[in-house]
This record gives sequence, C-alpha cells and structure tokens, in this order.
Amino acid sequence: MRSPGAAARCDALARLGLLLALLFGPILWAVAAQADEPAFPPLSGRVVDAAGVLAPEARTSLEAKLKAYEDKTSDQVVVATVPSLQGRTVEDYANRLFRAWKLGQAKTNNGALLVVAPNERKVRIEVGYGLEGALTDALSKVIITTAIAPRFKTGDYAGGINAGVDAMLSILAGDAEEWQRKAEVRRDEADPGQVVLFVILFLVILVVVYRMNRGGRGRGGFVVIPGPSSGGWSGGVSGGFDGGGFSGGGFSGGGGSSGGGGASGDW
Amino acid sequence: MRSGSAIAGGHAGRAWFGRARALAAAVLLATSLSACGAINRVPTLEEQAKSAWSEVQNQYQRRADLIPNLVETVKGYAQQEKDVLVGVTEARAKASSVKVDASTVSDPQKFKEFQDAQNQLSGALGRLLVTVERYPDLKSNQNFLALQSQLEGTENRIAVARRDYIGAVQAYNTEVRTIPGRWIAAWFYPEAKPMETFTATPNSERPPNVKF
Repeated sequence: MRSPGAAARCDALARLGLLLALLFGPILWAVAAQADEPAFPPLSGRVVDAAGVLAPEARTSLEAKLKAYEDKTSDQVVVATVPSLQGRTVEDYANRLFRAWKLGQAKTNNGALLVVAPNERKVRIEVGYGLEGALTDALSKVIITTAIAPRFKTGDYAGGINAGVDAMLSILAGDAEEWQRKAEVRRDEADPGQVVLFVILFLVILVVVYRMNRGGRGRGGFVVIPGPSSGGWSGGVSGGFDGGGFSGGGFSGGGGSSGGGGASGDW
Repeated sequence: MRSGSAIAGGHAGRAWFGRARALAAAVLLATSLSACGAINRVPTLEEQAKSAWSEVQNQYQRRADLIPNLVETVKGYAQQEKDVLVGVTEARAKASSVKVDASTVSDPQKFKEFQDAQNQLSGALGRLLVTVERYPDLKSNQNFLALQSQLEGTENRIAVARRDYIGAVQAYNTEVRTIPGRWIAAWFYPEAKPMETFTATPNSERPPNVKF
C-alpha cells in the first residue's frame, strides 16, 4: 500500500525520467550517429570532382550521360574524385560516402558510385544493394582492370572515368556478356559503335524526357550535407526537382544504401 | 465497490488516493514516454540489431559458399599445397558446424565460439591467398580471378555488415543500459537483453587485398 508521499516521489521520478529522456536521448542519439564520419565533399551533382582532375567539358558530358541513364532507369550512377581518403581504405571510404550521399532510390537501392582517389592511386566501384546482381564484384573488377586502370596509368583520368562509366552503364543496361568476354581477352579497346549508339539513345531520351517531365518527379529523398555547403547548391536541395532540370543542380540521392558490393583496384 | 469503501473511511480513502496517484503517474509516464517515442525505442533498436546480425550471418554464409569452388580451382594448379587447402576446408567445416540462432547474440559463450570459428577461417583463407602468389598460371586463370574478386567483395561485405552490426548493437545496448530505456526495458520488455558485439582482431576490418 502506497502513501501519498510515495506517490509523489513516484511522480517526481516519472518527471525526472521524462526530463532525462528529453534532455539526453537526442544527445546520445546524435553522438552515436555522428561517430567518426570523415568529412565528405557535398553532392553537388552526378560528377563531384573534388580532386579537380576533370576538365569542365568532360565533366558536363559525363553528367549528361549519367542523367540520361537515370532518367531512363532511375539507377543513380555517380562519379566522385576525392583529394584524400583521410587515412581510410578505399573500400571503407567509398561505402561511407555512398551512404552519406544515399545514392539510389530508397526502395530499390539502385545506386552505384565510382570513387577515384588520384593521390592514393586507388579506385573503387561501390555498388548499391539493388544493383549487386547486375554489376557484380567480378564484373566491377574487370571494369577497373581493363577500362579504368590502364588509362589512369597514362594520366588520362577523364578517359579512364569515361570508359569506366560507359562500362558500368552498359553492364547495368544488360550487356554483361560483352564484359565477360573482355575478361577473357583482357584487352582494352574503344568501341565506336557503342558510343554512337549511346549518343543516339541519349538524344532520344533527352527529347522524350523533356516532353514528359513537365510535372517533375518530386522525389521524397533529401541529403544531409556534411561540412560547409557551396553557394548555389544549397538552394537547389530544398526545391527538389523543378521540372525542366537540365541546367544542372537539383540533384540529390534518393535514399538508397550499399552493403559493400563492388570492387577496388589501383594503378 | 472501491469508491464505496473510499467513502467509508478516511484512512482507506487516503490509501486509495495514493494508489490512484501512483497509477495516474504510471499512466502519465507511459503516455508521455510513448508520445516522444521512447517506449518503442527498445524493440525498434532490438529489431535493427537483429536484422544487422542476420546480414552478418548472410555474408559469412556467402563466403562459406564460395570456398568449395575456390579450393577446387586452386587444387587444379597447386596440388602440392595440400596442407593449406585442407586447412581452409577444415576451417570452413568448423565454421559451418557452429550452431547459430537468435540466442547467439545475447550469449557471450556462443558468440565467442562463432567469432573464433569465423576468424580461423579468415586466417586460413589469408594463408591460401598468400600461397597462390607463387603460382603465376593460377593467378592468370580467369575462373580464379573471378573467384578472387568475389571473395574480396564478400570480405568487404562482411566488414560492412560487422560495422553495421556493431553500430546497431551499440545503440541498442546504450538504450537498455541507460535510463529511461533501462526502466522501459525492465517494465515492458523483460526479455530484452544486451547483445554481444565483435571485438576487433588485427586486420579483421581490412579485406585481404591481393594485387594482380
């Protein structure tokens, strides 16, 4: 049997508990969530050239290519060059970057990220959960060793990244056999037919999407940008897609995640 | 009936009043805790940790599934490395024989057994990959290269799954060991126990990196 005094104490305890929960719960939460994340460059577009190895026109054409592909399939393929891996392995860094940017749609996790660290001479293709079946570890490795690394060795970053992206997109589009064959031949060759086909496809998609895209897509995802955000970018985030959207900006991850699929290499 | 007895005597009435206040306080606490989501945090975090654990198991299983093929391929080129190959096969058998179920995560003994067996397999695989360096023919075999990149990928997935699990368990354990989560767990979820987590072993966070 409780006396009123005990009840009052219980009441006070309850209030204290609530107070503690309100005070410290979110703090603990925030501390746990932010533990030792490296500083990532902001997701300023589909090609984030933080290491500054791409010429503006190479970057623009890559962006256009990746945007066309995403509009067609909703797969988010993003390229990042970083000045430093901040003392981490390329695998670890790429996975954390992928998750910070939340690439791919939230439901399907259909993102892929090509990370290039010129100073550490490391490259990695990080594949979201949803694309692991198509862009397998073995195929990612083949892309790195046959398309990317040989060009990086000669200092041709734009060429290597371009070839790598072409290979990733062609595999994601279902041409795995082509790359399986390359694994056997282990030869590096440009395929002009494919490039022409891609340009035509791109133009067709450009027209179709432009006509269809009046209403915009209104994606639900948002991106938490670690570190200072650069001027024009922060404006575009809150607005989301504004319909026309070919003028760059307004790009954000869809909320996808990666479990460490893909492959890495060096040169 | 109760209200009748409360009216009947002053002493009993005060007692009833005290009990009612305690009850009201409990109801108030429960509603305010549930209002700010605290009451659901224990089971929510527990589910997250459990799903992170099944991902860990998945990835270890995936590695185990790759091994027979890998051993067969290496055997074709390096029969004289019987010891290393037998070592891998035995370590795999041992790791697979460790029974893992839902209780493994809250049982330090079982968890250690699981972790030790998997670490042993990692060690045996590491030795195999070092041995392979001496066989250029094998290293240029396409089947082997594909298997090797799959193994690298799987080791990396294991590292990620372990990292996620450690993070999820940390959040869950903090919740059930600190107030008010501790009270909530004691009152509403008496079966919620703190979970075991991985202890770092040298190089366990780093997937074996073999150049070719």
